[in-house]
Amino acid sequence: MAEEMTNPTPAETPAAPKAASAAKPAATAAKPAAAKPAGHAAPKGPPLATLTPELLQLQQQFGESVITPAPYVGVLVNDLSKLRDVMTYVRDQLGFDMLANATAVDYIKEGYIEVVYHPQRSKGGQPITLKVRVPRGKDPVAPTEVAVPSLTPVYAGAEFQEREIYDMYGVRFEGHPDLRRILTWEGFYGWPLRKDWREAYYEGDTKPFDSRWPGGHHELAEERVPWADNVNYPPGFDPLNFTANPDAGLYDSMAAGVPGLDAKSNGHALQPEGIGAAVPVLDRNRNTIADEEELQTDQIIVNMGPQHPSTHGVLRMVVKLDGETVTDLKLVLGYLHRNHEKIGERNTWLHNIPYTDRLDYICGLANELGYVITVEKMMGIKPTERAEYLRVIMAELTRIQSHFWAIGFLLNDLGAFYTPALYFITERDLILDLFESVTGSRLMCNYMRFGGVSRDFTEDQIMHARQLAFDRIPRKIDELEQLLTDNEIIKARTIGVGYLPAERSINYSLTGPCLRAAGVPYDIRRVDPYSIYDRFDFDIPVFYGADVYDRYRVRVAEMRQSLRIVQQALNQLDQTKPGDIQAGKKAYNHRVPAGEAYGRVETPKGELGFYLVSDGGQNPYRYHVRSSSFINLNSLKEMTVGHKVADAVVILGSLDIVLGEVDR
Amino acid sequence: MAEQKNAPEAFENDPRVPEELRNNVFITSLDKLYNWGRKRSMWPMLFGLACCAIEMIATAASRHDLARFGWELMRASPRQADLMIVSGTVTKKMIPQIVRLYNQMPEPRYVIAMGACATAGGPFKEGYNVVSGVDKFIPVDVYITGCPPRPEALLHSFIKLQEKIEKQSLRNVPWYQKGEEDVVPVPVLGPDLVDMRRAQEIKEKAAQAASAQQQSAA
Repeated sequence: MAEEMTNPTPAETPAAPKAASAAKPAATAAKPAAAKPAGHAAPKGPPLATLTPELLQLQQQFGESVITPAPYVGVLVNDLSKLRDVMTYVRDQLGFDMLANATAVDYIKEGYIEVVYHPQRSKGGQPITLKVRVPRGKDPVAPTEVAVPSLTPVYAGAEFQEREIYDMYGVRFEGHPDLRRILTWEGFYGWPLRKDWREAYYEGDTKPFDSRWPGGHHELAEERVPWADNVNYPPGFDPLNFTANPDAGLYDSMAAGVPGLDAKSNGHALQPEGIGAAVPVLDRNRNTIADEEELQTDQIIVNMGPQHPSTHGVLRMVVKLDGETVTDLKLVLGYLHRNHEKIGERNTWLHNIPYTDRLDYICGLANELGYVITVEKMMGIKPTERAEYLRVIMAELTRIQSHFWAIGFLLNDLGAFYTPALYFITERDLILDLFESVTGSRLMCNYMRFGGVSRDFTEDQIMHARQLAFDRIPRKIDELEQLLTDNEIIKARTIGVGYLPAERSINYSLTGPCLRAAGVPYDIRRVDPYSIYDRFDFDIPVFYGADVYDRYRVRVAEMRQSLRIVQQALNQLDQTKPGDIQAGKKAYNHRVPAGEAYGRVETPKGELGFYLVSDGGQNPYRYHVRSSSFINLNSLKEMTVGHKVADAVVILGSLDIVLGEVDR
Repeated sequence: MAEQKNAPEAFENDPRVPEELRNNVFITSLDKLYNWGRKRSMWPMLFGLACCAIEMIATAASRHDLARFGWELMRASPRQADLMIVSGTVTKKMIPQIVRLYNQMPEPRYVIAMGACATAGGPFKEGYNVVSGVDKFIPVDVYITGCPPRPEALLHSFIKLQEKIEKQSLRNVPWYQKGEEDVVPVPVLGPDLVDMRRAQEIKEKAAQAASAQQQSAA
């Protein structure tokens, strides 16, 4: 297998970690006539990628001037105008029907921003990498002059991801239906993830900062900065003569049919005097209605959230209602945008592990696993046997407790206020007890390390885990099914609600239990096995209803399969050496060889990917999180439109989002 | 509390108290009665921001059982709540809503800053979209450490708040004083978060920066 794969199996990687993740230089000879891109022809540049058969086919189709090998991994599409054709070909002819990930990297020295796409096949296998480059432009505040064609017509799942790239890097996308800022707000100054953009508390490009403990004296960030707070204003800014409009453009496409909402008013004017003005007056002396127009009622726009008990956190849904029926829906995100990626690029590699806990804060251990295996692939190290087993046990218990939580709160959204959730939180607390006794923390475990884990299980903890996995949790899952699965009310409220067929789900890049409830057996543990999942006997539960009920049933079935994995792992744990939990020496300052990798794991919410770029230093050059909650939300509109507003809440609950991961 | 305990004994020998009332009457101050009632029936707002909200829900659930303290009635509307638990990272995009919710709460109102982020920005302090502690905008009564604080820590903060309420007196609590109601101006999302209380200062400094930039260009 060629080294084009973003994650070579550890057995293939050479022992010397320096050259590990970079593409094998010798193997690049297989591509003799590689026309190097003009901007990247330096003699001592990074090694170019070897092309996999799919990419060679792509190159033959579009010509060697359009498709050239990129540094390290993937291909460059040199002609922006052909991008959409290339991607359509990739989707239809090569079968990469799902855009797993789209992000960008700012190569400030070279003067361009690289947009990176990772399409993958819903049938399984490795994703491929395609890249395009746009010049950064002169003006640091304006978006790029050159626009990238939007991929939304090819992959519906690109919509939010392209908006994120626009928000963070200022890359314009031509043909995007709704290109506005997504995580920050309209009017925000600058493009935060560009390398030359500095936050108010800027101390240095990379940690550890010298300023943090100068001469044994610590100063507050507030004392250091000119505004004495975490703010920065452009010179000449006048807050007294200025109209803020953070929602600019939000209501533009929703204005049709809503009286009082003027599309040109930028959403500022939901003027009360306009509401009701367009109500047709029925002639009371007439028995018949002349035409359908008369029967049409006013549509209204309702903002749900960001403070709303059923939006699972600080999510804001803007719904357009005809009576009680949702006719349009838009999401406003970013209320929990905590700048993971900017902070992550300042942090050292090790610093980022506890931050990943806080992405999807219900299942921190699963996020850690995704991050450490991606970095391990880049470093070419392999964790010890025992550490692998401990990781799997922890990750699968995390899946169980996350699904308990998801089901409990789905029932909450259905109106069974709190009682089912209380049942499941009790069970979840028992699993958290184990996490706490092993790692020291209930939620933010900070347990995994590069090449191992931080602590071993003691005999007592193994007994605790066995008691949970063999006795308590199986019993409780039976009880859960008995209480809920055949419940008439649940069936009436959920069957057929939130339907999204398989092909649309794939096109929307939906992953996780929601995709498997639509009949697509896509689970990364099976289609692209990582860690030691290939050793266990387990099934991938698939249901075909593609509705809320089947999403619930997939989760219940998955809990049982996770239990099977935990049981097997606990039985095999005896064969490993106690205490052998860290490969190599413990280190604080890891150096990751220059290169890039896209690693992914199956978290309870779906595919969690990490796109990491290293320049060989102590810090990631680019740290991107492909979050399943965020991308799954793309499809919420299509699932919801046509349903009642009460169902919108349930459909959102069935997606099982966590805002920490949505907004990052 | 000491005089309350001794009260029945004191009445027993007091000829001024009628016989039938001697074991049935307690004398206390209005403050004590008022605070005793308030502190055991706080209604927190059902309001979660981030990871800490998960621990807040765990606190309300069966094992830690917030109901033991009389605090379990979480209200989704700020109009019905006395206590705001700021449970998680306060972002610049969210702070206008938090301030608005705080202003909508009727007095007396209390705020618990739960966890490192709400207290001072926590691990995300250096982030460009993070407010360095909710107390930059709204007054906080109790801070809890932890990332996230354990449910026991949240219970502890409730008990600390009860102690604070006990010490308040009707004579000088701010919500019975004359004068303007204490409304926090809602911050505005401009090029960055604008605290309207500092608008003049921001304008002057930004003008200085602009003139300095022009000079250096010239």
